[in-house]
Amino acid sequence: MKSDIILAGVGGQGILSIAAVVGMAALENHLYIKQAEVHGMSQRGGAVQSHLRISEQEIASDLIPEGRADIIISVEPMESLRYLPWLSENGWLVTNTTPFVNISDYPDMKELLAEIEKIQHHIAINADEIARQVKSVRSSNIVMLGAASPFLDLPYQSLENGIKKIFGRKGDKIVQLNIDALKAGHDFTQAHRN
Amino acid sequence: MEKLLLLGAEAIAQGAIDGGMSGIYAYPGTPSTEITEYVQHNKIAVERNIHRQWSANEKTAMEASLGMSYAGKRTMVCMKHVGLNVAADAFINSAITGVNGGLVVTVADDPSMHSSQNEQDSRFYGKFAMIPIFEPANQQEAYDMAYEAFDLSEKLKVPVMIRITTRLSHSRSGVETRPLKTENKLKYPEDPIQFVLLPFNARKRYRGLLNIQSLMEQQSEQSSYNTYYPGRNKSLGIIACGIAYNYLMENYQEGKCSHPILQIGQYPLPFIKVEKIVNECEHVLVLEDGYPFVEEMLRGYLAKDTKIRGRLDGTIPRDGELNPDVVAKALDREVKTGMEIPSIVTNRPPELCAGCSHRDIYNALNETMIEFGKQKVFSDIGCYALGALPPWNSINSCVDMGASITMAKGAADAGVHPSIAVIGDSTFTHSGMTALLDCVYENTPVTVIISDNATTAMTGGQASHATGRLEEICIGLGVKPEHVITLTPLPKYHDEMVKVLREEMLYEGISVIIPRRECIVQSVANSKKQKKVIVEGVAQ
Repeated sequence: MKSDIILAGVGGQGILSIAAVVGMAALENHLYIKQAEVHGMSQRGGAVQSHLRISEQEIASDLIPEGRADIIISVEPMESLRYLPWLSENGWLVTNTTPFVNISDYPDMKELLAEIEKIQHHIAINADEIARQVKSVRSSNIVMLGAASPFLDLPYQSLENGIKKIFGRKGDKIVQLNIDALKAGHDFTQAHRN
Repeated sequence: MEKLLLLGAEAIAQGAIDGGMSGIYAYPGTPSTEITEYVQHNKIAVERNIHRQWSANEKTAMEASLGMSYAGKRTMVCMKHVGLNVAADAFINSAITGVNGGLVVTVADDPSMHSSQNEQDSRFYGKFAMIPIFEPANQQEAYDMAYEAFDLSEKLKVPVMIRITTRLSHSRSGVETRPLKTENKLKYPEDPIQFVLLPFNARKRYRGLLNIQSLMEQQSEQSSYNTYYPGRNKSLGIIACGIAYNYLMENYQEGKCSHPILQIGQYPLPFIKVEKIVNECEHVLVLEDGYPFVEEMLRGYLAKDTKIRGRLDGTIPRDGELNPDVVAKALDREVKTGMEIPSIVTNRPPELCAGCSHRDIYNALNETMIEFGKQKVFSDIGCYALGALPPWNSINSCVDMGASITMAKGAADAGVHPSIAVIGDSTFTHSGMTALLDCVYENTPVTVIISDNATTAMTGGQASHATGRLEEICIGLGVKPEHVITLTPLPKYHDEMVKVLREEMLYEGISVIIPRRECIVQSVANSKKQKKVIVEGVAQ
């Protein structure tokens, strides 16, 4: 069992929280894990990514080689495409469709969605809208994790447990909102996967 | 033993705490910041009251650490690679004084310059100082080396360097911890003049350092971090240093590498092991993140055509960080490539946050400079360096901590007027105060803008030594009080800011303008904290 995951987004969008939850879930299942993050200057509204690797066997490199990622989880549509060189032939692209526009030359949304449609295995989900529907507007990142959960070799319950551990400090209400967000994302993918 | 999920930086911090450290000293700098932050929040560190406050800069950190070592206690000083330039005087001389309590210098290099102005390799500094260097391959080794480095330092009586790179510092993995050691007791050096580097004693101490070089080599030779793995295929031998070993092994997931491998994690290089792999193999590929440090040593100066392969002969790109694909290409292994990035994907560089005070300052400065002309603004290291990018294009330099003021001085000396410096509050107390004193000494006409957001923002909001005392410092250094002017950088005060900037630029002396407004990221975080306190207060 091995999952090589690329997390993508814009600085401040919460991809490290996704990584932290998956990390906890991996630990619960006694898996090896390596997770390379971006700190520093890029966190100021720039493109950020994280390489997250979980495996039954010991992991050598902190970075995923090109063309070997099993899944790209992106909280922003344009950012999902930036890491296509890493996606393996049968890999899944799971992306939010709500754009984060902080640059003047942001591409046309229709063209962007058309590029995402070209990827054979993809899930495009309006995570911001779904987060609103479950009354958890700040949890679009966890909606994305939920949407990707069917493609991760991890028990769904372990992801819930991960949320409890990571968000536990912030109180039961925040935990529940994130668990709801996880489920909403998960249900969307189960209903829409091709 | 307990297994923790830690960043490489955090693993070093945990290893140092468990290894009996009594104090950590540092100035924040990516990718080293998380080491000190981890200690600041660690339960045992708090219980033991391990020293864990930030220092004004890397030099003061290095010196304070040396002082703690003088007193017999175990101590670590951390910095990013360019921080070691600032601390270099104290660092090099600490090898001559030697240590009393174990002293570990942790330096985080940044190959590929993710958050830095160069990709200098700190191993050269370690060799320059003639001290042992540890270079971990993974988070577990980072922990173990920090845990063990104090012992080695006390055994050899010299500082020990731990060198990591961004990738290991900011990558998380499981780490097994070891038993917590007791702290050293206060104990003065046996020789009361050990730390007196007057020439008569410095010569003696230096000879002592030279004499133990062979002992350091012996330690490397026996070190479990320098491992020789035999291989049948001797057409190529591979020397893999630090994290490069992981990228090598990533390429042999299916089984064993058939080439002999020498893994290096401790310097000076183990001569016998290096000699063995070089002698028995037709070619030797050196994999190291950073400069071709080992490769250069093995090639020598005169040899034009050698059996050594690496960055110098083009087998590996001369600059930039290693990764599994770069190593695969160097080994002629299969390299996969995914799809190309669609052409509609545009760059998304970092930017000043919405609501950031630096934005308002640059807007006012740009309007003021229409009258005075272009290319007269020197700036510095911090978030405000992003003012070099569109839409502002406000600044013309960003070199090293504090250089804005001194470069503005040199330019003013050359006839540039007005000559302007833009520097942050934390960068000012790091290395800008002496620069301002140079201006005061000659009454050089410069306009210094200290953009005060009351934090060290770029690295995530650490305390700033300048907070609450900037005006006093500037007046104390000799700037006339009527030319130390505080402003509130908000769009509604734009016209007033332009007016003040213009007046002070016309003034033929030193002005310090302090636009002051809390960092917007910190402001949001603090208001959340306050809200939480109120809610918890109500609940109780």
